[in-house]
Order: sequence, then structure tokens, then C-alpha cells
Amino acid sequence: MSAQIPEVRSTEELREKWNKPEVISGSEILLRSLVLEGVDTVFGYPGGAVLYIYDALHGFTDFKHILTRHEQGAIHAADGYARASGKAGVCIATSGPGATNLVTGIATAFMDSVPLVVITGNVFSTLIGTDAFQEADITGITMPITKHSYLVRDVEDLPRVIHEAFHIANTGRKGPVLVDIPKDVSAAKTLFTPVTTVNLRGYNPRTVPNKLQLDKLVRAIAVAERPIIIAGGGVIYSGAHEAMFEFVKKTDIPITTTLLGLGCFPSAEDLWMGMPGMHGTYTANNAIQQCDLLINIGARFDDRVTGKLDGFAPKAKIVHIDIDPAEIGKNVSPDIPIVGDVKTVLEMLIPEVGRATKADAWRTTIAQWKQDQPLRYKDSETELKPQWVIEMINETTKGEAIVTTDVGQHQMWAAQYYKFNKPRSWITSGGLGTMGFGFPSAIGAQMAFPERLVVSINGDGGMQMCSQELAICAINNIPVKIVVINNQVLGMVRQWQNLIYEKRYSYTDLGGSPDFVKLAEAYGVKGLRATNKAEANAAWQEALETPGPVLVEFVVPKDENVYPMVTQGSTIDNMLMGDE
Amino acid sequence: MKHTIAVLVNDQPGVLQRVSGLFGRRGFNIESITVGQSEEVGLSRMVIVTLGDQSTLEQIEKQLYKLIDVIKVVDLGSRPMVARELALIKVKSEPAERPEIMGVIETFRASVVDIGSTSLLVQAVGDTQKIDAMIELLKPYGIKELSRTGVTAMIRGNG
Repeated sequence: MSAQIPEVRSTEELREKWNKPEVISGSEILLRSLVLEGVDTVFGYPGGAVLYIYDALHGFTDFKHILTRHEQGAIHAADGYARASGKAGVCIATSGPGATNLVTGIATAFMDSVPLVVITGNVFSTLIGTDAFQEADITGITMPITKHSYLVRDVEDLPRVIHEAFHIANTGRKGPVLVDIPKDVSAAKTLFTPVTTVNLRGYNPRTVPNKLQLDKLVRAIAVAERPIIIAGGGVIYSGAHEAMFEFVKKTDIPITTTLLGLGCFPSAEDLWMGMPGMHGTYTANNAIQQCDLLINIGARFDDRVTGKLDGFAPKAKIVHIDIDPAEIGKNVSPDIPIVGDVKTVLEMLIPEVGRATKADAWRTTIAQWKQDQPLRYKDSETELKPQWVIEMINETTKGEAIVTTDVGQHQMWAAQYYKFNKPRSWITSGGLGTMGFGFPSAIGAQMAFPERLVVSINGDGGMQMCSQELAICAINNIPVKIVVINNQVLGMVRQWQNLIYEKRYSYTDLGGSPDFVKLAEAYGVKGLRATNKAEANAAWQEALETPGPVLVEFVVPKDENVYPMVTQGSTIDNMLMGDE
Repeated sequence: MKHTIAVLVNDQPGVLQRVSGLFGRRGFNIESITVGQSEEVGLSRMVIVTLGDQSTLEQIEKQLYKLIDVIKVVDLGSRPMVARELALIKVKSEPAERPEIMGVIETFRASVVDIGSTSLLVQAVGDTQKIDAMIELLKPYGIKELSRTGVTAMIRGNG
């Protein structure tokens, strides 16, 4: 089912080809620098200020360029590519509106610590500051949502800037870096000498932790009676899932994985408690509230996880392991702060720790909770329940697919009912909660892994926020399986209106949405619809057997709510279970 | 609580915006901010006076370090320091009032840097309290214009 995209040559060959010093334009310097950074796929959209860059791209075959239909599609695709592969995602847009269309995508990546190198064109240097046609101060606009940014004023700086941008994006706490290139800089010629070293005095991420703090943690585990681990996206980003598994197995400590941490620990394991927080499991939330030792590994104590901060984990000694020192003490003040790369920290800890021997009664309690209070929903033989659809997708793909989601109810159901076994197989906008992310990010993930099954789960709302990218699936035969869980309403907002705003359903009815099957077909993508279980099984099977992209619409009832649910302002053990 | 921090930064376009923007969006207070050359070519030093408790100060330092253009952050209040600001104060002054005003100025070891027909331009250097006190004493005469640099500061001794 591989995407029909021309194969690029090996990086070594390309390095050899492009490593020679030569007088070339800024645009050619950009392309060669990208190749030398190991880039194989770029998502972009041309325009006036990047004409020189696109001119250099004409006939350039040493990486793939995917022409999206909206800059937002390009950046979400680059984001999906980065989350799936671990490499920095790259996108290109023109000045002004092209650049501002990237803003939501940059913020999405920033909130979830995703490495991106975002290239924008700008107007001629001489016109900057004059309100020229399609001018926007994109470095200024994106300052709060980038890890760093550059406005390149001299072509001589370009090789260094590109090299630094990749280094900054994909080291330490990862994040998006913006490189803004005025049109004259992309046109100017100079002697290109590849840059291979980085000299940034103000940037030295600390990866090796303080040994004294590790010793404290080892002792704390030995005496803990009710220990738990909260593992977050940092485990996946540092490539620490194997170390994580070993650490959990050795200490025998129950683990909950946050929304971004799903997949960092196999969900089939007995010690896994599911997801914590607002739509977390009964077991995970109660374990947090009752534990005496909480070991946070690469998660940031987001408000959706902690609930009411005052009453969060009230009995626990708190350990916080994070590569970003600013995360430690930002929301929750830890007793044992550990700054370092999660993988390095875990690999140093593993030889030192032993089994938490005093926690046997606790393990029994947790096993009992898991048994007594599983995730549940009322299935129906007449209606198609969204949770059932996710379970069916999980069963038919054996938890092996890369799953991307949009934001809302379907996202939470996917997080709850899809059982992840591997890291980098779950791609979702957690921090920013960006609607429109689910579908284009799947395109990026598929480009990173042409041979893997990529399933994009969307609601009927979010699907309409970037549906134009159906075109690039069809044109490039990118075989994403697009799921639309259609309940004809803006489900999560409606759920709050249902539970908290006394059923005043203000503007959450999405009636009048297009026929999604016809929409897919209009772009040349196969479209299927299911309204009951038999149709759902058949349609999904057909989708899996179809070599190219397919959109499957599952029509579900609008009154289904996501449970458990912790209402805002409550501690996380105050859960609505949905069967009250 | 008031804190004075020195931030050594790359002298790059936009660096002031990066630092002040960080304070703004994270809800940190800026009482004053001064920027100028440092002892090293290519680096500037900012001195920022801010209000907040100890945990806020810790977050400010950590968040500042996340900026790539920030090289070093020093909490000047952690050790004995010298903190000074300069104020230019244009005071209303009829010729008959001048001797009295000069008395105030001399007491504060300030100086008169310009004399107009009905005003005096006073330059005062000192810590914030001294400048505040002097302004209070000059107010009755009528302050036509006031401009303060904000605090710049340094740790005492060889360190």
C-alpha cells in the first residue's frame, strides 16, 4: 500500500553530492542544507516571496515536496511526519498570509514539543517594515510559540542558520523553529560551505541528571507502599520506551500514561492503568489521589491531568523527571526534582532500583479497581456506538496502526479504546487541542512510513477544517484510512452544554455538513458509509483491503458522552462514570 | 518582593522583544528594564527589576534560560549589590525660588545640568529610594517633566 512517491537516494550519496563548496543562490543553499540535514520530505505551498525557492525546487528530486492545498495542511502534515518518525518535520510557506496560515500549526507543535523547521519567505529586505504587499512580521507573531526563530538578513548566514535550526528543533525539549528568509536573500549568491558544527553559548540542554537526586528516588521506591508512575510524551520523544518497560518491570510499579504518552508502555500489561485526568480511567485517577509516591516521567502536570491542583495527589511524595528545568515546579512542586533526558535518567536508574517490595497490597488494590471499574459504554444493536467503532478498528488492526486524531469526543474515545503497543503510533494534538489536525497529520505520518497502516480518526467538525487535503491523498496515492465519526454535532462542546450548561445547545449543531462520501469522491478518494455494525464491519474491511486512500463515515448518535469525566475545578477522583 | 536580575544576552535584533514578551505572556511583572553593552563585544546586559515571590523568581530565571539568546541570568539580590538609576527632573523654578531648590539638590548630591528662565533641569543618581525621596521633595515646586532610566546594578566585590 505504499505511497506512489519517487524514491529519494540515500543520504550518504546525497551528502557526497552536495557537500562541495560552490557559489550558488540562497534558495539552492536552503535546499542543499535541507538535504544535508537528512530531510526526505517537505510540505509546502508556493507564493511570491518564495518564488526563488520554488524555482530552485523545479526539477529538484533529492527530497520529496508535497504540495498541500492550504498552508495549515502543510504544517500539520510536517507535524505528523515528525511525531511518527522522530525527525524534524519541514514545511515551506510564502510571506504574509502564507506565513500566518502556519501559526496554528506552529502553536500546535510548540505545545506538544514537536520538532519542526518552518521556512517562510518574506518580502525584500528593503521593504521590511513598510507594510509591503504580503508582508507580515512572522518572527514577531510567532515569538511566543516557537522554540527559536531567525530572520535571515544575509545569505552568508543561511547555512549556519539552517544547521542551528535543526539542532535546536530536535534536541533538548523539542519544538518548532522558524526561519524567515527575505526574497532578496533567497536570490543572492554566495559560496556555499556546509556547516557541521554548532556554537550556541546560550543553548546547552542538560541531559545527565544529578546523581544525588537519583539516589533519593531509589530510596523512595524501596520504602513506598503505594507508588505509581505517570509517563508522558517525553518518554517517547527521548526514545526511552524500552528503558521505560525495563524500569516498570524491574520496580513492578503501576503506570498510567498521559494522552501524549500513550504507546510508551504496552497497554496489554497488567501494570498499565490507562490514561489519567479529565477523561482518564477510574483506576489511574484514584491511584494518583491515593498514592504515596508519584513518579512523573516526561509529563508536564497539565491541568487536564491534574484537575484541581490544590487537591492533586495529596498524599504523595512527588518526583518529577523532565528535560526542561522550567517544567519542574511550574505547576506542581516536586520533592525530588530530576532534570535530564528521560532515557539517560532511566538507564542510570535501572541498575540501581529494585522491586518496590512494600507495594503488594497496593498492586492488589489496583488490579481490583481495573477489574471492577473498566472503561465501559452502553452498546446498542440498533445504533452504531462510536466506542464500538474504535474497538472494531483496534481489533482489526491489532493495535499496530499509526492512529492520528482530531480533537474532541472521538479523540478521547480513541485514546480510551484503542490499545497502543508501540511508541510513535499515536498522533494527537494534546496541548493546543487543534481541530483540523487529525487528517493532515496522518498524511505526514504516512509519508514517514509509506508501508505502515495509518488510520486518521476525525469528527465531522474537524474533518471539515482541513478536508481540502483529500486532494493530495488522491494525487499522490497516499493510502491513509480516513475515519469520520459523524454525530452531526460538535460533540465535546455539546457534551459540556449537556452536563454543565443545562442542555442549552448553543451553536453545536453541525447539520448541513456535506455528504462525506461524496466529498471524498469529489476529490477522487473512495468514500464509504456505515450506519450499523454489519455495514461498519463490511465498510472497514473494504477500506483495509483497498490499496489507496479511503474515507469511511460512521454515522453515530449525537447524545453519546465521553466517560469518565472530571468536571473542571474538581479533584480527579470526582468522576462522572456515565452510569449514574 | 522586589528582585533585581541581570540577564546577559546576545546583542541580536529582537532580543529585547523576546525577553519582554516572555515576561508579558507568562504574567511576570517588569518594574524596570535597562539594556546596554556588556564587557564583551556582541553581548548586552539587561537589568530587570521585577516583583514576585521566590517561586516566581525561579520560574523567571528558568524561562529566561529557555531563550536561545540568553547566555546567563544572575539574581543580583542573592548577594550584596550596588543598584543605581539616573533621573532627569525638570522643576519649575522662578529665579527667586532657585536658592531653596538648590538646597534640596545639594543635600541629595544631585546636580543642575541646565537652567531655563523658569525651570531647572536636575540630574540625580542613586538608588531608587533616594530618587523617590528627592522627587517627593521637588514636587511642591512643580515637576514639569520627569525621566528615569530604571535600575542598573552589579554585585559588589571581585566576584
